Amino acid sequence: MPSAITTESLTKSFGRARALDGLTFAVERGEVHGFLGPNGAGKTTTLRILLGLVRADGGTASLLGGDPWRDAVTLHRRLAYVPGDVALWPNLTGGEVIDLLGRLRGGLDQKRRADLLERFDLDPTKKGRSYSKGNRQKVALIAALASDVELLLLDEPTSGLDPLMEAAFRDCITEQRDNGRTVLLSSHILAEVEAVCERVTIIRGGRVVESGALADLRHLGLTSITAELAGEPLGLTDLPGVSDLRIEDHTLRCRVETADLSELLQRLGAVGVRNLVSQPPTLEELFLGFYGDASGEAEPGPPAR
Amino acid sequence: MNAYAGSGALVRLALRRSRIMLAVWVALFVVFAGYSATATVDLYPSLELRIAAADTINGSQALVAMYGRVYDPSSLGALAMIKTGGLGAVFVAMFAVILIVRHTRADEEAGRTELVGGTAVGRRAPLAAALAIALVVNLVLAALTAAALIAAGLPADGSVAFGLAWAGVGLAFAAIAAVVAQLTTSARSATAISAAILAVVYVLRAVGDAAGETGLRWLTWLSPIGWAQQFRPYAGDRWWVLLVTLGFAALAATAALVLAARRDLGAGLLPDRSGPAGACRSLRSPLALAWRLHRGALAGWAVGFALVGALVGGLAANVEGFLNNPNARDFITRLGGEKGLIDAFLSLELAFAGIMAAAYGIQVVMRLRAEEVGLRAEPVLARGVGRVRWAMSHIVIALAGTTLLLVLVGAGAGLVRGIQTGAAGEAVRVFAAALVQLPAAWILAAIVVAAFGVAPRFAAAGWVALAAFVVLGELGPLFGLSQWILDISPFAHVPKLPGGAFSPVPLIALTAVAALLAAAGLAALRRRDIGR
Repeated sequence: MPSAITTESLTKSFGRARALDGLTFAVERGEVHGFLGPNGAGKTTTLRILLGLVRADGGTASLLGGDPWRDAVTLHRRLAYVPGDVALWPNLTGGEVIDLLGRLRGGLDQKRRADLLERFDLDPTKKGRSYSKGNRQKVALIAALASDVELLLLDEPTSGLDPLMEAAFRDCITEQRDNGRTVLLSSHILAEVEAVCERVTIIRGGRVVESGALADLRHLGLTSITAELAGEPLGLTDLPGVSDLRIEDHTLRCRVETADLSELLQRLGAVGVRNLVSQPPTLEELFLGFYGDASGEAEPGPPAR
Repeated sequence: MNAYAGSGALVRLALRRSRIMLAVWVALFVVFAGYSATATVDLYPSLELRIAAADTINGSQALVAMYGRVYDPSSLGALAMIKTGGLGAVFVAMFAVILIVRHTRADEEAGRTELVGGTAVGRRAPLAAALAIALVVNLVLAALTAAALIAAGLPADGSVAFGLAWAGVGLAFAAIAAVVAQLTTSARSATAISAAILAVVYVLRAVGDAAGETGLRWLTWLSPIGWAQQFRPYAGDRWWVLLVTLGFAALAATAALVLAARRDLGAGLLPDRSGPAGACRSLRSPLALAWRLHRGALAGWAVGFALVGALVGGLAANVEGFLNNPNARDFITRLGGEKGLIDAFLSLELAFAGIMAAAYGIQVVMRLRAEEVGLRAEPVLARGVGRVRWAMSHIVIALAGTTLLLVLVGAGAGLVRGIQTGAAGEAVRVFAAALVQLPAAWILAAIVVAAFGVAPRFAAAGWVALAAFVVLGELGPLFGLSQWILDISPFAHVPKLPGGAFSPVPLIALTAVAALLAAAGLAALRRRDIGR
């Protein structure tokens, strides 16, 4: 089965500003794919190209086997989208908007609609103008989740939700995945990404800097090592892949690339180890490494060394 | 004075945001005034010609209702500026309304006032800043307009009075819009209500002026536009009338500032009520959504058009009695159709209804751009809705709405005329005369569609085109412009019915042009990016 989404060298400029600079990535069917990147990296532009709202200057994109620009309308019947900035018609109620958006796609599941209203604790009788940001977000989320589609495109869908609602959202996404749906989730909330996504793509400056399974990405990070040594810490200064090396008395602290971990442990073993603490990279560290160097000159890559 | 803290900074912010708009507007007014003065000064070289022309206008109640009275028939300035004064005052008032709403309720609705309000800015500061800008801009407008008129060869004190009369209308409507912006929650309805007030005061002035020496003359004094004309530039320069205008503006502005400090941010007068928990069966297509968005305003316009139609139909019978002067008869007959004075009057008024219907169409199509910029087009287009279908939903309302309005004005006028004359044929004639305005009105909506597709940032071109066509039609012949320039306006091609010769050719041609413009706009819309 072909991928749900593939893009190949997408480029897009707005005037002189280059929003996308050769973006290539793929989302497989049935996976929940995290889409990450600092502000202004090009996430929303990518989603808008995938929706056919904006036309790419160069490169190709394919969505559910179709061309997002040419086949926009037929593709939209098979997907649901939640924008990052939800604007509602001020004089329509939330319930009316949910129904309308559902019908514009070709109908929505009334039972699921009622269920979602309850789970997200939304009052559908209030007018669009009186909803808070979080409640506007809920309206768009319910409209998307209550429809029977193959693909969900979500642009920072939880940015205004409280922690309770965020948990409800995660449950919903997990259910969607169990039902075989594909989800592309753009988000800044790392805990959320960690909880629901199998694979992630990280972009910066309109290019992909890393894409792969979360478990694999962890291997790109640096492991922190704290070791209490039995002997004199000699011959430890020129080890490959080791950074931030500090030795105080008999305590060694450093960070090491996963590939060079065994080499370091062998050397430490030769000196003699009384106590050893090893800490794998947190997602936070991982992403800070990818997001950093906003100037864009430095080699994009794993966390700071 | 804490409530005003930060006003200065907000004034600078607003000037920074609107500098180009303000400069262009003011320049347009100054050029408009200067040009029409120069053109008319050359038109009436002798005193006799001036008196004859002034008597023509003063002798016709229809013209007095439209433009006002020439208070000193021997004064060149009073005659030269008669059309520009009244018509220009309407534009000055609209300019003030747009300026105030843009910097108060529109900012508030968009959440920018909240952003600013979180800093050390007083509750009245945004409104105070907007009013301060309106004051400065109108004074600049007055000074430059006076300078342009003096340069055109008109007396200095009258020219200053004329500039100040315009500025007075601007200030009065800035203050009115300031009050209205406190009452409504949306910028759109603040503008609409202010425009409705403008229409009402124009009609008050028209009725008051047309009433002559007796009866309802006092109605003029309820209207800021009436005050501007009672100032009587070039015809006595009654400076004290300016105090009436300024006093009113000060009172209304104070009321707005009091309201501003008492209400909640983002709130209006009426609390929000709950609505249905689900959409009714019919709300299931882009067209249904567009209908839902436009139906309230259309109802208001429809009532207005039906009333105006009945009024025009009723007034028509009296036209003959107004004309006690052979010059006037000659003038209005040439101005309108060939058959009779009543027909000429009806033709003039129905042409005006055509222009107003075009304004409705423009406003409806402009909604497409508002939906796009407001990010509300995106969720619809991200469903199974194509761009053309989405755009067509609003365009259909624009075309059908304009049609409905002209049907109503024609039905109103026709019905009253038919009852008065007892002739069914007369009713049909008047009804048909309203309908021939349709293709020209559609062209304006189509211009907006074209602009929206090709250059969305300039979707407001429809308003510019309408203003240009109105100026061409009203003042073009006065300026002695060549026929091909006058023919640019679609309204120039509308058969002058009732009474004039009818030919379907121009109507078909106009409809074809409208269809072409709309098709070009839709084709471009399919190719461009959404959301910018």
